[in-house]
Amino acid sequence: MAHFLFGNLTWGSLPHLWYTEGATASIALMGIAAAAALTYYKRWTWLWKEWLTSTDPKKIGVMYIVLASLMFFRGGLDAIMIWIQQAMSSGASHGYLDASHLQQIFTAHGDIMVFFATMGFLFGLINLIVPLQIGARDLAFPFLNSLGFWLYAAGAVFINLFFVVGGEFASAGWLSLPPLAELQYSPGTGVDYWIWSLQISGLGTLLGGLNFVVTILKMRVKGMTLMKMPLFTWTSLCSMVLVIASFPVLTATTLLLWLDRFFGMHFFTSGFGGNPMMYVNLIWMWGHPEVYILVIPSFGIFSEIVATFSGKRIYGYVSMVCAAISITLLSFLVWLHHFFTMGSGADVNAFFGIMTGIIAIPTGVQMFNWVMTMFRGRIRFTTPMHYFLGFVSLFTFGGMAGVLLSIPGADFELHNSLFLVAHFHTMIVSGGLFGIFAGIVYWFPKVTGFKLNERLGIRAFWLWLAGFFLSFTPLYILGFMGATRRLDHYAVTAGYQPYFIAAAIGICLIALGAITQLWQVVVSTKERKQNQDTTGDPWDGRTLEWSTHSPVPFYSFAVTPEVHSRDAFWETKIGRKELPPPGISLSRREAIPPSTKKYEDIEMSANTAMGIYLSAFVFLFGFAAVWHIIWLMLAGVIGAIACVIVRSFDEHTEYTLTAAEVEKIEMARKLP
Amino acid sequence: MIVTAVLLMLAVAIPLLAMLYTFAWKYRAGNPKADKTYDPERTRGVFRELIWWAIPAAVVAVIAVMNWQSTHALDPYKAIVSDNKPVTIQVVALEWKWLFIYPAQGIATVNFVEFPEATPVHFELTADAPMSSFWIPELGSQIYAMSTMQTQIDLMASSTGEYVGKDTEINGAGYAGMTFVAKSASQEDFDAWTASVKQSQNVLTMDAYNALMAPSQNNPQAFYSSFDKNLYGTILTRYMPPATSSDSMPANMEGMKM
Amino acid sequence: MKEEIADDKSIFGFWVYLMTDLILFSVLFGAYAVLRGNTFGGPAPRDLFSLSSALTSTLVLLTSSFTCGLAAIAAQRGKRNGTIAWLTATFALGATFLTLELAEFSRFVATGASWQRSAFLSSFFTLVGTHGLHIAVGLLWIVVAVIQVRLRGLTPATTSKLTRFTLFWHFLDIVWIFIFTTVYLLGII
Repeated sequence: MAHFLFGNLTWGSLPHLWYTEGATASIALMGIAAAAALTYYKRWTWLWKEWLTSTDPKKIGVMYIVLASLMFFRGGLDAIMIWIQQAMSSGASHGYLDASHLQQIFTAHGDIMVFFATMGFLFGLINLIVPLQIGARDLAFPFLNSLGFWLYAAGAVFINLFFVVGGEFASAGWLSLPPLAELQYSPGTGVDYWIWSLQISGLGTLLGGLNFVVTILKMRVKGMTLMKMPLFTWTSLCSMVLVIASFPVLTATTLLLWLDRFFGMHFFTSGFGGNPMMYVNLIWMWGHPEVYILVIPSFGIFSEIVATFSGKRIYGYVSMVCAAISITLLSFLVWLHHFFTMGSGADVNAFFGIMTGIIAIPTGVQMFNWVMTMFRGRIRFTTPMHYFLGFVSLFTFGGMAGVLLSIPGADFELHNSLFLVAHFHTMIVSGGLFGIFAGIVYWFPKVTGFKLNERLGIRAFWLWLAGFFLSFTPLYILGFMGATRRLDHYAVTAGYQPYFIAAAIGICLIALGAITQLWQVVVSTKERKQNQDTTGDPWDGRTLEWSTHSPVPFYSFAVTPEVHSRDAFWETKIGRKELPPPGISLSRREAIPPSTKKYEDIEMSANTAMGIYLSAFVFLFGFAAVWHIIWLMLAGVIGAIACVIVRSFDEHTEYTLTAAEVEKIEMARKLP
Repeated sequence: MIVTAVLLMLAVAIPLLAMLYTFAWKYRAGNPKADKTYDPERTRGVFRELIWWAIPAAVVAVIAVMNWQSTHALDPYKAIVSDNKPVTIQVVALEWKWLFIYPAQGIATVNFVEFPEATPVHFELTADAPMSSFWIPELGSQIYAMSTMQTQIDLMASSTGEYVGKDTEINGAGYAGMTFVAKSASQEDFDAWTASVKQSQNVLTMDAYNALMAPSQNNPQAFYSSFDKNLYGTILTRYMPPATSSDSMPANMEGMKM
Repeated sequence: MKEEIADDKSIFGFWVYLMTDLILFSVLFGAYAVLRGNTFGGPAPRDLFSLSSALTSTLVLLTSSFTCGLAAIAAQRGKRNGTIAWLTATFALGATFLTLELAEFSRFVATGASWQRSAFLSSFFTLVGTHGLHIAVGLLWIVVAVIQVRLRGLTPATTSKLTRFTLFWHFLDIVWIFIFTTVYLLGII
């Protein structure tokens, strides 16, 4: 009876190790603190109505970024733990973590940073900005947007759930390759938690990708052809096309692994005809496009930033579009470079190596176009521009390392070494994260109505840059010395320790940088009156999002904009016969005063809690699947289906905002 | 080859970075010269754009040719040509140690492998463990060792010496301790060594192998004077369907060879 | 006009979803192709599949696609009762298909050819079973659709949903043709 009710759950599944107890306690404390604050300030209803049940992409975008930041700090904590262990664990000392624990930590670190931190930040920024850039008030499918976010949130909770119930996470690396990840070698619940946190959040990602693609293709404002779209929208489109093409592969592959583990099937087992190599191929068929999903939007963010802060149009717009599209297409043709050493034969290896090298071409083209945008511009060195300069400096060398790795002969020596680890971190941090940081600082006033403290922003940047350099240059060197990745211990004679210690100092700088960023938000919020953005266009921007008020009203555009060219907003600014001082916006001189604008009724999407309920049932299903609680799995499925059916009967998913109401709100705004 | 590739790429990267920093300084907003040359609408130059599509393409093309040639030259499946007859050693990756079987010499070792210098060593690899990657950094490429399949690599040490060998693919808790010693010796020393191992008390019977196969970490080196003659074949076909003939090895092992 | 725009977006979005589903099926087909020969001494396709039963299932499903098309035409013409009638026929045929498939699965399991027996069988059950799961979802969809058409008539909202359903059903039909060919036909011949 107990087994029927509780599946494989036992009392032993509850926390009893120092880190599971510690993590559970921290999670509980944070939860209690949040609940206390909400109760004290009487904000429960506000939270529910204004945020959690909203289908407004501007709200959902903020929620993505908040949750992604939390997950980012969790992943960062993992990183610090790894570095300290590796700096300590030489010769007689084995550090403070045993092998299995360290392996769980770097597995979790990879999955959290990729799936929950970076993808969360990106989905947040795309939600916030892309609709504004194309003149749309909402995404194509507002409910799916909410559902996608809540599935992502459910996945984020799920990947932390093992601390509370289960006590172990997957320890086979961030992609859980079989046969190590099969029941034979990983009998616990760790890999199952891995499978379901990725499946649940992956479903959310897929829905989000679908939503963004349809929105960008179908909801651009009149006059904005594809070749007039801002580059951030273009790169978001490319990235989301990659999502919808590649995430089904991840879904299918992890499903097959789960079928092996749960139903005793034999897709990837060592015996009974299973084929572990097939998993490696499939997972990297998803995995390589995934890393481009992470960096392509940042290329778009940098395009916007370089253009705006140089006061010039982006150089070579058509080239940039071609580059983004070719990177998107090429990313499907290179997956084998992740396992040259599996013995595929010279012809196959060489083909994939050459295709990998070809991706360097459009990437290089983009670099030159950015630099030429700066040529004869008037460059303002704001925090976002700092991140751009840091990005180009680091990404160039990281990319060279990548081309080196694309040569199988070199890869045979460098595969699974710390050189590889340094390479991909350079790409994702300087490519993905720096772009995200720059984008957050750049668009912060649009979302909140005030700018971030510039001084702290630049300080945080330098900490990140110096910290990154100090953390990862030793790793490049260690790779050349033959140091393998994922080691929990190494011999003194190897001579690795000094490098690891240097790297550990580097991570401390990065940690300081991250804390400075947090501090920047706190300080800026306190002094928001001084940094208020009253014009809606604090940087003298070029694209449509800067034509709205800051913060953006819930209906985004009072009147749908008209577009006749690229850099649509720049074109509306009154003719520039004299050179204005840099950074002063001309948008105050609006051609049409608000009182004479022609307002229309606006269809708005209504709030709904169904996304939360659906995700909760999916979460329950995942939990039940991990612990083999059959009745709960069925309940989860039935509940989820019931939610879908109930939603399909819902006829009140929209409401009308009348023209009169819009006019009233617009007129009431205080003009400076 | 690595040096050439790096230099070629630097030939593009350094001018790029030079342009970046020069422009950043020269065209900064505070600089009065920047005001004079400010050209907000300058966005296209077909000729220029062709140049920076062409230059990276040219560099990549050169690297691609190098890539093709070196990949074929360094193919792990390519036999090393030498006057000396190759020595064949079978490698089995276990949880968390390496087993070396010398078919011709009739001995087996754990976590220690010796071979003559200036002689091609033909390694045939499989695993009775999760995917592992066999690597002697100072001698050359790594290659994966996977259960139910056989991979191979030819290595050759040009002189005598002792080298560190390791696993680079995570395969469980004992991963970091899965190191071994590879020693290349003169032909005479190698022959003497094999003779001494032949005197060892330990015999690698199937029972001994099954005990060895059990997970263990940081194994000391071990030496066996002989091994069960079906050992490697059994390991390789362990996960194959039960044989229908009385022969314990399936007639055709070709399908398992990578 | 507003409904047309919303309809256009929904249908386009649904096509995008169908393409992602296609990619998912491609992975399952790919796995089947790789593992098809890995019978591990157990039953091979030739030992298990019966051309007549596969053909029967195929004809049943193809006919259901036909009735589904008739339902779509009836909906276009605003004929509520006709729509419901043809949808019910589609349901009956789909349910028959599913029953035949479940019967086939139990026959296999009874002879020891379960999904645990070999990689070939794992991939067979997964590929065909995933298709069957989609059919089951489709059947549920018909029930909900019929109820909505009953209650609300053929409004732009319900008609748009019906269009998406027919896309879904035809898509499953096409996937089945591939399954029939690569799994059953190629397995038996």
